[in-house]
Amino acid sequence: MTERVDHRVRDDTSPLDPAVLAGAESFARSWATAVIGSSYVPMTRAEVAQHLQDLTEMLVEALFASPFRTAPGYEIGSRLVDAHFTGTDTLGRTIQLLGDDLLAELGATGDDRLQSRLAALQGALAAGYARALRERTLAEQEAIRAAVLDARDQAESMLRASEARFRAMFTEAAIGIGIADIDGRILDVNQALQDMLGFSVEEMRQYNVRDLMHPEDAGSVWRLYDQLIAGECDHYRAEKRFHRADGEQVWTHLTLSLVRDDHGEPQYQVAMIEDVTDRHLLQNRLRYQALHDPLTGLPNRALFLERLGRVFNNRAKHVRAGLCYLDLDGFKVINDSLGHDTGDQLLVEVGRRLDHSVSGEGKLVARMGGDEFVILVEGSTGEQDIVDVADRVLTELEAPIRIAGHELSVSASIGIVERQLSGTTSADLMRDADITLYWAKADGKARWALYDPERNAREVARFTLSATMPRALERGEFYVEYQPLVRLEDSTVTGVEALVRWQHPEFGRLAPDRFIELAEETGLIVPLGRWVLRKACEEARRWLVEFGDAAPFVSVNLAVRQSRDPELVRDVKRILDECALPPHHLQLELTESAIMGTADEPLEALRALCDMGVRIAIDDFGTGYSNLAYLKHLPVHELKIAGSFMEGLRAENEEDPVDSQIVATLVQLAHALSLGVTAEGVETPAQATRLLRLGCDTGQGWFFARPGPPENIDSLLRGDL
Amino acid sequence: MERPNWAPGDIDLERPSVARIYDYWLGGAHNFAADRAVGQKALEYMPELRDVILNHRSFLRRAVRHLLERGVRQFLDLGSGIPTVGNVHEIAQGADPTSKIVYVDLDAVAVAHSRSLLNGNERVNVLQADVRDPAAVLASPEVNDLLDFDEPIAVLMIALMHFVSDDEKPAAIIGGYRDRLAPESFLAVSHAGYEADEETGSYRAVRSMYDRSVTPMTYRNKAEFTSLFDGFELVEPGVVRMPAWRPESPDDLEPSGRPFPAFAAVGRKA
Repeated sequence: MTERVDHRVRDDTSPLDPAVLAGAESFARSWATAVIGSSYVPMTRAEVAQHLQDLTEMLVEALFASPFRTAPGYEIGSRLVDAHFTGTDTLGRTIQLLGDDLLAELGATGDDRLQSRLAALQGALAAGYARALRERTLAEQEAIRAAVLDARDQAESMLRASEARFRAMFTEAAIGIGIADIDGRILDVNQALQDMLGFSVEEMRQYNVRDLMHPEDAGSVWRLYDQLIAGECDHYRAEKRFHRADGEQVWTHLTLSLVRDDHGEPQYQVAMIEDVTDRHLLQNRLRYQALHDPLTGLPNRALFLERLGRVFNNRAKHVRAGLCYLDLDGFKVINDSLGHDTGDQLLVEVGRRLDHSVSGEGKLVARMGGDEFVILVEGSTGEQDIVDVADRVLTELEAPIRIAGHELSVSASIGIVERQLSGTTSADLMRDADITLYWAKADGKARWALYDPERNAREVARFTLSATMPRALERGEFYVEYQPLVRLEDSTVTGVEALVRWQHPEFGRLAPDRFIELAEETGLIVPLGRWVLRKACEEARRWLVEFGDAAPFVSVNLAVRQSRDPELVRDVKRILDECALPPHHLQLELTESAIMGTADEPLEALRALCDMGVRIAIDDFGTGYSNLAYLKHLPVHELKIAGSFMEGLRAENEEDPVDSQIVATLVQLAHALSLGVTAEGVETPAQATRLLRLGCDTGQGWFFARPGPPENIDSLLRGDL
Repeated sequence: MERPNWAPGDIDLERPSVARIYDYWLGGAHNFAADRAVGQKALEYMPELRDVILNHRSFLRRAVRHLLERGVRQFLDLGSGIPTVGNVHEIAQGADPTSKIVYVDLDAVAVAHSRSLLNGNERVNVLQADVRDPAAVLASPEVNDLLDFDEPIAVLMIALMHFVSDDEKPAAIIGGYRDRLAPESFLAVSHAGYEADEETGSYRAVRSMYDRSVTPMTYRNKAEFTSLFDGFELVEPGVVRMPAWRPESPDDLEPSGRPFPAFAAVGRKA
């Protein structure tokens, strides 16, 4: 590199005689051949040969020089090293070749003086070579050691720069950083962490990581910590609270990382801690808002359902809970008459009273919306616990509430459910409480009702029936049976009552008392009644055709709702027309309350039917409330005395004088009004005999025949029986 | 926390260094006991190794001179090692003082030594980098401040690629350099290797000692060696045994009776 070598030792023309020169050239060639490959020299073979030629000439000159000096030999040795003939074989071969060949090549073999000079020059060459090589070796050793020092300095300064950078990062980081050893001894914390927790580094160093445990820490935080320390995981994140030096709390996001040594063994733990207190408080506020009713400040539906869900999630065997589902009575009236402001203030006061009367561990009062509240009681021991709560609430609400100069009395209805949690769900509990609240309302309000599974089952069955009824009508699950109305005097069948039945695919054959009321509620009674009417009229028409004057009329029940149906008259007329049935072959039976309670319009419908020639009968007479004065003016042809009066006439050898008297009076009353009388529920011959004696016109009951298919009537009419 | 990747590793003189072992074989004293121990051991396994090493050095000289004749004045010497006599800049700047050279080596000591020797030579830069990462080398100021990539550059890989395993994708590494080079640029490579049937116990012994004590070594055969020149046109005489690449005299081709265990070639980027 810097050691540039001038391969030309001398440029002037040699003063040596040509024969000697030729010998020198020949020697140089041998020399080159001997040493090439023994050292690395950055020269071509020709350059090496030239270099050695020059050195040979220098040597030969010194050999013959006067006065003789050994310095050139020394110089030649030195130049060999300079040219990087540093392989020690080079020196050995050179010395040997000089001794063996040089004098012979020069034609001076046997010249003792030259022999002696050559030996001296060989010695000098070896000394010069050794000295130059030694210096070169020392210089290179020194250079390489200096390079090592340089490289180390360089590496260290980079390391220092890197460490300074990391130190700056640690110190200046806005995130809190702490380092602890594997036993939890805190080694260092940065400024951000000191500020966050309010402790200095020195104070922090007194602590173990485990001292930073917070009672509210999730169990997972320390479970993961143990795993990390054991080297089972390398880092984890957690939400964690810390106590500040001033006693306040800090909410943080914690990331804990494990630092391992070169062998992979846990060595340090590094915590990165971000203060999220503000975010946490905001979240808390938002969460509070999301889970509370802004008007009353009570927990809202969402929080209640969440709590209820948790109760069910944490349930152990035999744990019980209860619910009061509460609804104010008549709140809508207050809202509508006094305004929403007053309504709202009322709700606030009710909420306050509820909260006041049921506060305590394991109890939660929530506003479900509107004027509905719910009280959850966890860990109840039985129904009585919840009944006590409900009683307390009802008492608490008794005192009038004064709002804007009004003294408002409010009451509430409460549905109570209390049960063991296993085997039920929160949805069941809520639904049952809701149903029970409805019962409390239906039972008269201002009270509580207790959930009753049997009542519920009945209602469910009722509901099932009412829900399946429309399709049942379409599918033809209904059918009509007929029971004869028999003239007592001569046992002639004068009429038949049409009675609807339901062949239910699940419940079997159902009597009208199971479904007529439901049909009334749902309104299905109108199409059902129309269907029965048509069926009965078709049958009546058939009897008329088959039996002529002996054919009975059909008596069809008309429900209250049907009697008020504006289409009634038109329906009846159309059916009679379509069946080609004379109107006097049809009798419609109405209950007392249906007829007496009617306003003008339905009464007009009855008159129209009556005018048409249809017979009208009052069913179950004597069990309702009849206005006897009014009765006189009604378009009625027949009274049917309720079967309950027949009890006393039943036995063969004694009779109840009161029942007997009532029936006699009713018969007289009817006859006084020119009405026919039919006794229902005639089950024994004694009853038939007594009724005849009392002047009753017609009888109906098992004594004569049970309700049955129309063919039974056919047989009766033919006199088959 | 991980040590940043720009922080140097420890400088451990107990660990043999490729660069210093080479210096030892070339007759230099830029080495320590651990280097010499490995160097001597290798010579015991394979006495002809010194000749092989001298030949790599000789190929370097011949290749640089040839490239100078072709007009190349910029050299990127990858894996340059300890600057022993007969270095690229001596040859190149001897021919044309304006020649520019960048030496690249991963060995911190070799780099520090090169810097101290070359301090003051404006046309030579020394870069400490891993030559297996062409992007990092080519992006360094040492390379970019000195070399003009619009002009031809000769990339030298002397006795280097047999320290790059197949897993490290040598072709991709060379491709990384090739793609930055202007047309008429060159690639010169010398590489320890032989055909499968030429393998001897001594070759294996040297390799396994290197694998164990210094750095893993991969001998390649002629076909594998030739594939390194993907994207280059081979200069005459193509891929040959190293001494046969443009020998300076017929005497350089000493018949040793056994095929020489190294290949060499120079390629020109089209």
